[in-house]
Amino acid sequence: MEFLTDAGLLARIQFALTAMYHFIFVPMSIGLGMVVAIFETRYYRSGKPEDAAASRFWVKIFTATFALGVATGITMEFSFGTNWADYARFVGDIFGAPLAAEALLAFFLESVFLGVLLFGRAKVSKKFYLASAWLVWFGSCLSALWIIIANSWMQTPAGAELSADGTKAIMTDFFGAALNFSTLVRYSHTVVALLIMGSFIALAVGAWYLKKGRHTDFAMKTVRVATVCAIVTTCVMLVTAHSSAVTVAEEQPTKLAMMEGAYETESMPLYAFGWVDEETQQVITPFSIPGGTSFLATGDFSVEYQGLNDLAESGKYGDAFTAETVENLPVNAVFQSYHLMVAMFGLIALTTILALIFTYRGGRIKNMKWLQWLCIISPLFPFFAIQGGWFTAEVGRQPWVVYPAESSPAGVSLEVGDAYSQAVTGPEVALTIVLFVVVYLFLIIGWARIVAHQIKKGPEMSESEAQLMGFDASATKAVAAAGAASGAATGAPAAGKDGE
Amino acid sequence: MTALGILWFCLIFVLIAGYFVLDGFDLGAGALSPFVAKNDRERAIVRRSIGPVWDGNEVWLLTAGGALFAAFAPAYATTFSGFYLAIMLVLMGLIVRAVSLEYRAHDPKWGRAWGILFFVGSLLPALLTGVAVGNIYAGIPLDANGDYTGIPLLGLVTPFTLLCGLLGLSVFLTQGATWLSLKAPKGSDLRGRAAALRLPLGIVSLVLFVLVSVYGHFIIQPEMAPELSILRWLFALLFVVAVVAMIAMAKKGESGDLAAFLCSSASAVVLVGLLAASMFPNLVVNTAGENITIATAASSDLSLAWMTGITCVGLPLVLIYHVIIYRTYRGRVTEQEAETY
Repeated sequence: MEFLTDAGLLARIQFALTAMYHFIFVPMSIGLGMVVAIFETRYYRSGKPEDAAASRFWVKIFTATFALGVATGITMEFSFGTNWADYARFVGDIFGAPLAAEALLAFFLESVFLGVLLFGRAKVSKKFYLASAWLVWFGSCLSALWIIIANSWMQTPAGAELSADGTKAIMTDFFGAALNFSTLVRYSHTVVALLIMGSFIALAVGAWYLKKGRHTDFAMKTVRVATVCAIVTTCVMLVTAHSSAVTVAEEQPTKLAMMEGAYETESMPLYAFGWVDEETQQVITPFSIPGGTSFLATGDFSVEYQGLNDLAESGKYGDAFTAETVENLPVNAVFQSYHLMVAMFGLIALTTILALIFTYRGGRIKNMKWLQWLCIISPLFPFFAIQGGWFTAEVGRQPWVVYPAESSPAGVSLEVGDAYSQAVTGPEVALTIVLFVVVYLFLIIGWARIVAHQIKKGPEMSESEAQLMGFDASATKAVAAAGAASGAATGAPAAGKDGE
Repeated sequence: MTALGILWFCLIFVLIAGYFVLDGFDLGAGALSPFVAKNDRERAIVRRSIGPVWDGNEVWLLTAGGALFAAFAPAYATTFSGFYLAIMLVLMGLIVRAVSLEYRAHDPKWGRAWGILFFVGSLLPALLTGVAVGNIYAGIPLDANGDYTGIPLLGLVTPFTLLCGLLGLSVFLTQGATWLSLKAPKGSDLRGRAAALRLPLGIVSLVLFVLVSVYGHFIIQPEMAPELSILRWLFALLFVVAVVAMIAMAKKGESGDLAAFLCSSASAVVLVGLLAASMFPNLVVNTAGENITIATAASSDLSLAWMTGITCVGLPLVLIYHVIIYRTYRGRVTEQEAETY
């Protein structure tokens, strides 16, 4: 039970668990925020009852997801004080401002207009409701900006200096700190990933209805919107991924070396997959392109990057990064999570292209079972890519929590071991980890039940809308009550028309 | 101690006052729900009355936390790590309350479970907020680094802090009762039960307020800025006046519901004002050494100046948002709205 006394390790485990959990729901809600806004715009333009039903359907799934994102986000804001008190003391002059700005400028915006989305359809004008949908999404993107500013400052500190007594970082330039070397590339990289997530959830829901032969019109509409969003975001992703990699190569050499398992200085090969043997300091792989990574980062196969051993020997990191540190670094974990992200992007691109082609070539996707299945499981690809990407970004920064980047001011860095709360003992953290696991498991089950229920129910029109469409509302309700087994859509105008 | 430091000391208490008033009524309504709502329809009305606004209300707490981090990082670090288990309980409460509130209507099968979580999740923050405030006022033992050295959780529970917790709870519950009286359908049983609670809750608040004040003044005897003595007396008097006015308005029946809610809200604001005037210039009182004060904990003036600029842009927007949302959902919740929820 020795680990129970290691408060620092436990604090890291708790942060990793709660952050990764939080970031299950954030990508879905920011991604779905876009989907909601698009469908609400459609309804605003067409005024058709089936578009109203579609928008209502997405609002329900969005709000259920958003609620969990909000709730689990409080954990993250509190954690800097509860578990990382010494970190908070060191960075407070700089890091606190974006958090406060996020709450003031973004959280209020999101939460108030979410209130309109939830219950306001009958209370406000159509135009105001549409504006609210866009404002919620805008607010969530703005909130992401502030949190990425904060996180990027930890990766590549700027606009700051070490205080005279050496105990904390002091702000010297607000814009320098906020728009540090990595803020904009990391923000675009992250947000585009979240939009891919939203597109793929829409794609999956559409494909699921196609497979079931229910709500076929809604499904095709959804798949069309989703594939267009997916191809645009996937193309933009190539650009942001490249610039993120270049920034890491320039600013965070130890992270780059961990991502590629490079212990020795060399021109960096490109691996599709592999295994880092941390004992022998070798990457075991059947296949690699020599100099491939160097080429991607610089356009030149022969550019050399320093390996971990040379970085340790260079002495520029002092006691924080030595030969002994190198032995303890989680190199393989970073290597695997990075390559997982890249592999998942391959699947994302493949799915996007296939879905786009067969949706727009006469809607052939309607009869292609395998492609429908691929689309149904496809949200897993961005899910793993996003989790892998963040794991790389955060663990790749070890052993620091505030990383001494190449262009950063001297002395503005903090090791993880000096960052956690001294007032909190190991058993206390262990207790709260158990509490989090129990509560979070319960919540995710509750969330899955509600989303599954909404998807099963599908986009329903209200009675008056159904009558407007020439449907007998009581009859469609009876069909709904009889269960989906009949394959008939509950109130959808195209009930079974395109089903197999 | 710079002017910006003093400004941010005040702003943080403004944010805390916003939390007491706004999240006060929705947490209070949640904690009262099992006692005033007797069937599913009434429970739906309670949820619906706070449904569109709870999230924005809670953001006042998040902003206060963020602002404390940004303006007085040492105080944020000391309190959040020192009150670790208590903060975690508040956090769990806020999390399960938020989710249960959103999910209950869509998940009747788990209705009972979501209902219990809604109650517990509302009660924990309502009670523990006051306990935490009592601790920073009465003082906790800190080492040179500012880390809490007392017994985890249990060391924070003393007769005084418990009284503070109960006073906070009672203020939150009064907020909840006056809010539900204002929002429940006209002439409904739910409104009747909530309205009947206002008088006893008001009296309990007054009694607890006197107990906390007397206990604080004669037994705890913390150092308080002498120049603010008049302000403290004023706030204390205003608190009593506001609670008595709330009780008087409550007697007028449904026509006095809005006035009673506003009086109750005013009492919450002046209570936080009294706290601020009693704490100044301390942020956390240390029983084992130097206090954490505005002068020792404030961020650099450059950082505070930027934050002030951001606030000048953000705060007016926040007020506009609140006008929009409370106007949109003005008036009582109708039976029909509760049914479709």
